[in-house]
Amino acid sequence: MKIHIKNGRLVDPKNAHDGRADLYLAAGKIVGVGEAPADFHANRVIDAAGCVVCPGLVDLSVRLREPGYEYKATLESEMLAAAAGGVTSLACPPDTDPPLDEPGLTEMLKFRARNLPGPRVYPIGAMTQKLEGTRLTEMAELNEAGCLAFSQADVALTDSQVLLRAMEYAATFDYSLWLRPQDAFLSRGGVAHDGPVAARLGLPGIPTLAETVALSTILLLARETGVRVHLRRLSARESIAMVRAAKLQGVRVSCDTTIQNLHLSEMDLLGFDSHYHLQPPLRSLADRDALREALKDGSIDALCSDHTPLDEDDKQMPFGESAPGASAVELLLPLALKWAREMAVPLSQALDLVTWKPAQVLGIDAGHLSLGAPADLCVFDPEAEWTVSPALLRSQGKNTPFLGQRLQGRVRYTVIDGHLDYEA
Amino acid sequence: MLVALPDAEDLITRLAAAVRSQLAADTAIVGIHTGGAWVAQRLRDALSGDHPLGELDISFYRDDFSRIGLHPQVKPSRIPFTVEDRPLLLVDDVLYTGRTVRAAMNELFDYGRPSQIRLAVLIDRGGHELPIRPDFVGATLAIPPGQNVELRCDDGRLSLALK
Amino acid sequence: MVDPQLTPQGKLRHLLTLDGLPAAMLRQILDTAESFMDVGERDVKKVPLLRGKSIFNLFFEPSTRTRTTFEIAAKRLSADVVNLNIATSSQTKGETILDTVANLTAMHADMFIVRHGQSGAAHFIARHVAPHISVINAGDGRHAHPTQGLLDMFTIRRYKGGFQNLRVAVVGDVLHSRVARSQISALTTLGVPEVRVVAPKTLLPPGVEQLGVHLFYDMREGIRDCDVIIMLRLQNERMKGARLPSAHEYFKQYGLTAAKLARAKPDAIVMHPGPMNRGVEIDSEVADGPQSVILPQVTYGIAVRMAVMAMLAGGGGD
Repeated sequence: MKIHIKNGRLVDPKNAHDGRADLYLAAGKIVGVGEAPADFHANRVIDAAGCVVCPGLVDLSVRLREPGYEYKATLESEMLAAAAGGVTSLACPPDTDPPLDEPGLTEMLKFRARNLPGPRVYPIGAMTQKLEGTRLTEMAELNEAGCLAFSQADVALTDSQVLLRAMEYAATFDYSLWLRPQDAFLSRGGVAHDGPVAARLGLPGIPTLAETVALSTILLLARETGVRVHLRRLSARESIAMVRAAKLQGVRVSCDTTIQNLHLSEMDLLGFDSHYHLQPPLRSLADRDALREALKDGSIDALCSDHTPLDEDDKQMPFGESAPGASAVELLLPLALKWAREMAVPLSQALDLVTWKPAQVLGIDAGHLSLGAPADLCVFDPEAEWTVSPALLRSQGKNTPFLGQRLQGRVRYTVIDGHLDYEA
Repeated sequence: MLVALPDAEDLITRLAAAVRSQLAADTAIVGIHTGGAWVAQRLRDALSGDHPLGELDISFYRDDFSRIGLHPQVKPSRIPFTVEDRPLLLVDDVLYTGRTVRAAMNELFDYGRPSQIRLAVLIDRGGHELPIRPDFVGATLAIPPGQNVELRCDDGRLSLALK
Repeated sequence: MVDPQLTPQGKLRHLLTLDGLPAAMLRQILDTAESFMDVGERDVKKVPLLRGKSIFNLFFEPSTRTRTTFEIAAKRLSADVVNLNIATSSQTKGETILDTVANLTAMHADMFIVRHGQSGAAHFIARHVAPHISVINAGDGRHAHPTQGLLDMFTIRRYKGGFQNLRVAVVGDVLHSRVARSQISALTTLGVPEVRVVAPKTLLPPGVEQLGVHLFYDMREGIRDCDVIIMLRLQNERMKGARLPSAHEYFKQYGLTAAKLARAKPDAIVMHPGPMNRGVEIDSEVADGPQSVILPQVTYGIAVRMAVMAMLAGGGGD
């Protein structure tokens, strides 16, 4: 299949390209940027006038719900949702049922995903068996089966000795550990940021300390072991300063945050709407503003959706009993654009945070439009406005706190591996 | 069409004269909030006896509650005497449909079983919807439906107005 | 954000929390309750206001006391009352709250009195009921217990005549107390100039000062010159975790004794939402003493609940 995308504004942050240029795809590769290769005869011409053509999005946290949670969502529905969101590569955390702690499971997942239209799926392997936090998984085996990194997902690792051993072992092979800093004891029973809003609403709190104490442990152990660590979903202002300091000391650490934490705060909890029940919890306005700044100044390396599709019953409950999480993969792009507009950040920088930079974190050749690169890209209309509604979301999970909000930026085409996998 | 309204103070005098010889010594006078309570007070003053005086706010007994809801300024009813076996003179300013009087009688029975209830009103304007008639009346007027007679109190002086 | 408790006309639609209700609304409820006070003293302790209405007590968490006061209040308004202890029935069979609500709606309920262990549960139910049904929160998790807060305000107004010149101390487990949250919202809304909270740090939520209260860790200082002292119940299970070492130590530090009470104003009143833990948060000598208004609180609770039900049943329809 040969595709010619014409008249679009090509934004390729990695190559510092932002301007009108046509793109030529063939055999799953980018074969021409600006100029057609000799003898190029397109099977399909896409007119991208008025649209932005950018590298396909790389989302560092998308739950596909398989295996084990097919009643919440299926691989088919979530891969399609991701493609509709312009995502061409995604990492999925290992908290499936059973967890991704065996090569067979990850191979099966990759195999299933490969045979469906939609993004490239990169399973993150479980760091400990059954995510129980006691015995390490066969990381090398899992790596051969396609796991590029290892994680506990949201399951807390309470035993710091196991954490130290996991880091030492991962460092041996230079595998990356993706960790979410949250102390299990300090966050026990909590459902909301332990601040004035939780005090007012009587919601059991998760203090900022639960994040910073765990983060401090991780950073000290990482410095000691030299392991590569990616910190998932930071939520607090203080965490950013800690990570910044660790980077200066040479700790091999990167971090991300979510579109939810970037746009929402504890103030949104005042109506007890379970859609705002998220992990990490929505913190103070000051925390939110710090995340917005840190993303701008580069202290946070990537922006992810933390897509967590839930079935309706999971949210149709009082706040504290509802399951945390938001269906978000289709909102990654518009909410990144919204942040950029609000923070006066250039489009290219915003796209960098959802394309090239997360690709670097994941360690894959993606997120750029260089000649010869995989033909993974997204064509979106930056001006198109739409209202988030259950009917418009492809994901089986309709659980987003952004329901009813008007957003700007709509994906028109998603090309993955040279195939037009999504067309609005 | 204009109806000439009588002077309220004259009506009080007339009503007091009608009632005077008819009340047993232990009769209690009960006014319905707010206009009826003013009239009741004036009647008792005019009757020069020491009839106990009570006041009813019939908000909790209205039959149109589910349509119009609770009046935002409900006042407590004040019945500082035993109702049981006592004759009562129930007083209101204007008798119209009779529903207020019905509600008032229902409320009175929740305090006890009076030996007798008689009704005194300043004005009977017609338009009754219940079999309720006054025993004593200051004046009988034919007021067209859609108009209301209202008793007002300015510095202790009572007057009638059309609305 | 639209307050789900009020109709577009500003009438009471549900009673879920006192937080955010205007002072005029609180005063109107207290005034209405005043009118209901004498109903309990009549021969017939009933008014026909809610005749033909069905009120469901939906208790997802058991509480005989609160349920009974709501039941008495509803019956004095001539409503039909159905009690459901859901904690022991359908919830354990896996029926969701919404299923329960839908079922009761089909039985032509007019009002739900809801008690639930989760903060926000009453809001959740209010969001999902049919438009003609009102919800009264009878306690949701640690969040709110608005009728208790109102009856406490009613008590204070009866004994102190108003709120303008008062110093009020709320003593004890504020962290876990829905009662304290409702009291604090009402006290600050009604204009009490100084609301104090007295507790050890383990029983205070972070940011509690932002509710408009002054913090005291030392009870002797905290109740000094107060006009009103509200003691909170301390659940026994608090002693099991790491929040408190023992009931004995708690009583020594934060239990209300005659000696500590002597530091308050001589005419200070002592309140408690009940049920009391004698010898844990309050000494019997004080609980039964001349400054205690704990039993009148219970009486007032019925009038206040009648007022709320009457206002809801008549107010929401338009």
